Amino acid sequence: MRDPFLEGMSQGWQVIDASRLVADRELEADVAIVGSGAGGGIAAEILSKAGLKVAIIEEGPLKTSSDFKMREADAYPQLYQESAARKTKDKAINILQGRCVGGSTTVNWTSSFRTPAATLAHWQREYGLKDLSVEGLAPWFEAVDRRLNIRYWDQSPNENNKLLREAAWKLGVSVAPMRRNVKGCWNLGYCGMGCPTNAKQSMLVTTIPAALTKGGILAHHLRAERLLLKGERIEALECTAMHEAGIHALPYRVRVRAKHYLLAAGAIGTPALLLRSGAPDPSGLLGRRTFLHPTTVAAALMEHEVRGYAGAPQTIYSDHYLDNAAVGGPIGYKLEVPPMHPVLFSTTLQGFGAAHAQLMREFATSHAMLALLRDGFHPDSPGGTVQLGGNGEPVLDYPITDFVWEGVRRSWLAMAELQFAAGAKQVFIVHEQCEGYASWAEAKEAIDKLPLKAHLARVVSAHVMGGCGMAAEAKRGVTDDAGRYRGLANLTVCDGSLFPTSIGANPQQSVYALAARNASRLAEAMTKQPAPALA
Amino acid sequence: MITRRQFIKAGLAGGLALSAAGYFYARSRQEAPATGVLRRPSFQERAIVAALVPAVLAGVLPQAGEARSEAIARTVDGVGVAIAGLSAAAQQELSELFTLLGFAPARVLLAGLWPSWEAASVDEVAAFLQGWRTSRLGLLRSAYAALHDLVLGAWYGTPDTWEAIGYPGPPEIL
Repeated sequence: MRDPFLEGMSQGWQVIDASRLVADRELEADVAIVGSGAGGGIAAEILSKAGLKVAIIEEGPLKTSSDFKMREADAYPQLYQESAARKTKDKAINILQGRCVGGSTTVNWTSSFRTPAATLAHWQREYGLKDLSVEGLAPWFEAVDRRLNIRYWDQSPNENNKLLREAAWKLGVSVAPMRRNVKGCWNLGYCGMGCPTNAKQSMLVTTIPAALTKGGILAHHLRAERLLLKGERIEALECTAMHEAGIHALPYRVRVRAKHYLLAAGAIGTPALLLRSGAPDPSGLLGRRTFLHPTTVAAALMEHEVRGYAGAPQTIYSDHYLDNAAVGGPIGYKLEVPPMHPVLFSTTLQGFGAAHAQLMREFATSHAMLALLRDGFHPDSPGGTVQLGGNGEPVLDYPITDFVWEGVRRSWLAMAELQFAAGAKQVFIVHEQCEGYASWAEAKEAIDKLPLKAHLARVVSAHVMGGCGMAAEAKRGVTDDAGRYRGLANLTVCDGSLFPTSIGANPQQSVYALAARNASRLAEAMTKQPAPALA
Repeated sequence: MITRRQFIKAGLAGGLALSAAGYFYARSRQEAPATGVLRRPSFQERAIVAALVPAVLAGVLPQAGEARSEAIARTVDGVGVAIAGLSAAAQQELSELFTLLGFAPARVLLAGLWPSWEAASVDEVAAFLQGWRTSRLGLLRSAYAALHDLVLGAWYGTPDTWEAIGYPGPPEIL
C-alpha cells in the first residue's frame, strides 16, 4: 500500500515535528493557519495556490496511512481529542473530535451533506446572512464536490444501514442514501480509525499535500497558545511544542509571524485560543452558542448477523423527523447508524457485569441507531459555552435543557419503533435504567417513564459547532459572513465555529464550502487578484 | 444490588464526605507532578482498579486460576495506559478520584464499602458501582461512567477478547 504523504515528505515538503525541537524557533509566513482539519486544510490549498506562503500549525501528531492499523486501542489515543473521551463540563456528553493532521476529516465517517436549505433560511432570517443562500453557496459546494470526490455511494449499504432503510420503508418514514468523500473505497468500515487505503478524501491526502507541494509549512505537535495582540492587530502567534505523546508541553516555544492569521482549530479550540489571547469581544458572544447535535443511541438484537463493524459506516439516513418539524419548533433530529467496533460499542452500552457481558455476546447480531438533535434553532436551545480551565485548557459547559431532553425522549421512541419494525428481538435504549424491551408496546410504555437525567441517559456528539457565530449585525455575531473577526483586523475564522446554529446534518461539507468561500475572499484581499479555483 | 440502607447512607453521607474530600483534593492537587512527566498509576490506584475489574467484567473474565489473575493484571495495565492518554486535566481528576476512593473514611461513607479494596468481594464492589451508577449526585454518576468506560475500553481493546463476541478483528490489507 502506498503512503503518498510519506512519499511527499521524501520529496522535500517542509514538515516540522515540534516534539523533536531542542530550542525555541521562529516561523514566518503570509498566513498562519491554526488547525489542519476541514477549514484549515481547504484554506491552506486555496491560499497556497494564490501564491501565499502558509504555515499550518497542528497540535496533534502526523499519522499517515502506514500508521492506520484499524485498531481502536491505537487509533483513539493517537487521532482523537483526549483519546476520544473528551467530555462536556458536567461529563454528560462524550465528544468525538479529531486531533491529528487532517483533524476530524482524518477520522470522520465520510458522510457528506450540503448545508440544509432550512438551516440557511434560518440564518438569513435570524442572522441576516443574506449571501449564504442555497444558490449563493452552490458554486462552493460544487467545487468541494469536485475536489473531494463527493458523490453518492454506489455500493450496497452494509447490513446496519440496510436495517435503517428497511425499517423506514415499513413505517413510511422517509429515508435516503448518503454522499461520501471517497475515491476507490474498499468498503472496509474503519473510517473512524484513519483510512488505511487513502480512499477517504480527507485533508491529509488532498489539500494539505497540495499546500505543501506549493511550499507551505506544516508544523505538528505544536499547540497554538496565544495570539499576541497590539491594538486591533495580531503581531504574532505563540505556540508550545508538545511531547511526542501529545499530552504535556515541552519547554520550547515557536513564534509564528504572519501578515494574516486564520483560525481553524475547531469549535472548541478556536474560541479557547481567542479567550486565552484576551481577544476583543465586542458582541459578548465569543465562545457562546456552541452546538453539538446531542446524539442519542439505541441498540437492538436482531435474529441474524449484522456485523456492523464491516462496510462503509454511514450510507443511509433519514431526515423524516427534521423535515416534518418546524425549524423553530420542538427539536427535530436526523437518524443515522454508527460503525460498530468493540471499544466504541462496549463503552457506549449501559451497565456492567453479567448483563453487559450478555449484550456483548450478541455484538455481531446487534444493530445500532443514532439520533442527532438539531440544536440552536429555538430560544430554549442556546447551546453551550467554551470556558478556560485552570491551565488554559478549553472546557465546554453544555447544560442539556428541558427543551432538548424532550426531543431526547421522542428520539428514543422513534428509534425503538423503527428497530422493532426492522425485526428486532429486543431493543436497548442507551440509558442506565433500560434493561431491554421485547416489544414496541413494552418499549413505548417504558421509554415514557425513563428519567431524563444527565449520565443516566447516554448522550454523545461528533459535531462541535459555533462559538464564533456569524451575523450581519455586529452586536449579534463574533464574525461577519466572510469569517472576519470583529475587533481584530488581520484575523479570519475558518471552521465550524462560524455557524450561528447547528447544521442539522453532518457538518464537514458545510465547513469545506464556507472555508473555500472565505479563504478565496481572503486571497483576493491579500493578492488583489482573482482567487484560484479550488477545483 | 445496592440495598435501601446503603443507598440512604450514601445519600446522607455524600455531602459530608464530599466536603471532606474537598480538603483532600486541595492537598492532592499540590502534590501533583509537574507537567511533562508521563503519568504512572500509584500502587493504591492499581489496587482499586484490580478490585473494580472483576465486578465490571463479571461474565467475561476467566472464572479462576492463573488465567483470571493474568486477565485482571493485564486489564489494570490497560486502564493505566488509557488514563495516561487522557488530557492532563482528566488525568488529574482521575488521580483525585482514586485518591478519594483510597481514603478509608471516604470509601466507607461515599462508596458504601466497609472492607478495603483488596478485601472487598465482587458483590460488594458491584454494589458500590450500582450505587454510583444510580446516585442522586451527578458527580458520582459521572465517576461511575468514567470507571465503566476505562475498564470496558481496556478489555475490549485487546484482540484476544474478540473471539468471545464474534468480532473477527480488522481485515488484512496488503
